[in-house]
Amino acid sequence: MTMLGNFDFDVIRRALPYLFLEGMRFTLTLTALAAFGGLVFGTLIALMRLSSYKVLGRIAGFYVDFIRSLPLVLVIFWFYFLVPYIGQWVTGASRPITVGAFASSLITFIAFEAAYFSEIMRAGIQSISKGQPAAASALGLTYAQSMRYVVLPQAFRNMLPVLLTQTIVLFQDTSLVYVLSIPDFLGAASKVAQRDGRLVEMYLFAALVYFVVSCVASFGVRRLQSRIAIVR
Amino acid sequence: MIEINHVNKWYGPTFQVLKDCTTSVAKGEVVVVCGPSGSGKSTLIKCVNALEPIQGGDIVLDGVKVNDPKTDLPKLRSRVGMVFQHFELFPHLRIIDNLRLAQEKVLGRKSEDATAKGMKLLDRVGLKDHAKKFPAELSGGQQQRVAIARALAMDPIAMLFDEPTSALDPEMISEVLDVMVDLAREGMTMMVVTHEMGFANKVADRVIFMDRGEIVEDAKKADFFGTPRSDRAQKFLSKILQH
Repeated sequence: MTMLGNFDFDVIRRALPYLFLEGMRFTLTLTALAAFGGLVFGTLIALMRLSSYKVLGRIAGFYVDFIRSLPLVLVIFWFYFLVPYIGQWVTGASRPITVGAFASSLITFIAFEAAYFSEIMRAGIQSISKGQPAAASALGLTYAQSMRYVVLPQAFRNMLPVLLTQTIVLFQDTSLVYVLSIPDFLGAASKVAQRDGRLVEMYLFAALVYFVVSCVASFGVRRLQSRIAIVR
Repeated sequence: MIEINHVNKWYGPTFQVLKDCTTSVAKGEVVVVCGPSGSGKSTLIKCVNALEPIQGGDIVLDGVKVNDPKTDLPKLRSRVGMVFQHFELFPHLRIIDNLRLAQEKVLGRKSEDATAKGMKLLDRVGLKDHAKKFPAELSGGQQQRVAIARALAMDPIAMLFDEPTSALDPEMISEVLDVMVDLAREGMTMMVVTHEMGFANKVADRVIFMDRGEIVEDAKKADFFGTPRSDRAQKFLSKILQH
């Protein structure tokens, strides 16, 4: 009997609503929120690194190096078990506070992505010529206004393809939340696989879905990139 | 209007870009600053609105000391227009939005007032039809005229020009100079760093010649072009007026 002859497509079909309505929805929500949060905090870290206050720059630099030296899956794991105790210590509560697996993994991903996005935004800000903030200042805009209205929009636009590519990597990385037994897309596929004893079908299907989504997204980014190149 | 008193400036610990510079620009006066490249003329004009810090002396703008740490610099800068060599329009904003941004965010003007003012000034520099375009769609000369209009939209008490035509193709220089000449004739207080001696001859009240960070000559236009006292100014003039 060949492997494919034994392949049960029906097990996939039956699991589809669960895989997508629960699993994929969770994965996409986590990806979107982590990308958004990572971009916001990443931009702040980038501004700190480029700040004329040396101390701020050093703190931000240390944070980025620190985060990038740790395996993500370990941090997800540790964070989930540690946050309740840290929360207890901070709030002075008598018992460890309860933090859901979703909140815990979201915070971890934002913290991680902030480090990566900050390096992208730093490069983006540095790609803007010094004359731009000078012109903004000469018109009377404050530092914050010049960043908000002149520098950051251009930095963001220039870096959009790189930011989106990083988000595709993030989309794949969210599968690591399986260590917390969260039913993200991979977790959901894994659950069905274990329950029905259909490991080959479910893991192959999961791989195919990740591959197709990432590929289509990458293609979209490349098209966007060439469009931006024309506009500039 | 602009007083520059014994200004000293260093880049790093050893290189002195400005050496004891003293001059002034009276209300309604047009002063042209010229000199060889690296003479510190661009640096001097950038010190006037504190885009560059100074280490010695002081600069007073309409009674406000620019190099006082307590001075509200954004507010001070909003009252002086500046035009840059490379235009520095904001490339992600349409022309009209380039003119609106500071009016709204700095002066707090309402959107429709800022737009009306912006359109009036675009009309004045002959670019009303380009309001909806992006800067990259305009020629260098057009971009520089927009930059002048953007500065004028803030109702400045004085205008600073930092080599406004140096980055332009020759055929576009006159369209920018025409706008500047009109402005000078209307009585705008202007400090202009430029090599355009024709412009200086036409509208300047005084010409300042700088070399190696020093103000070598500061004279009325007629005196400067007639009988420059310093050797260096004479050499410079003979070189650029040769052609």
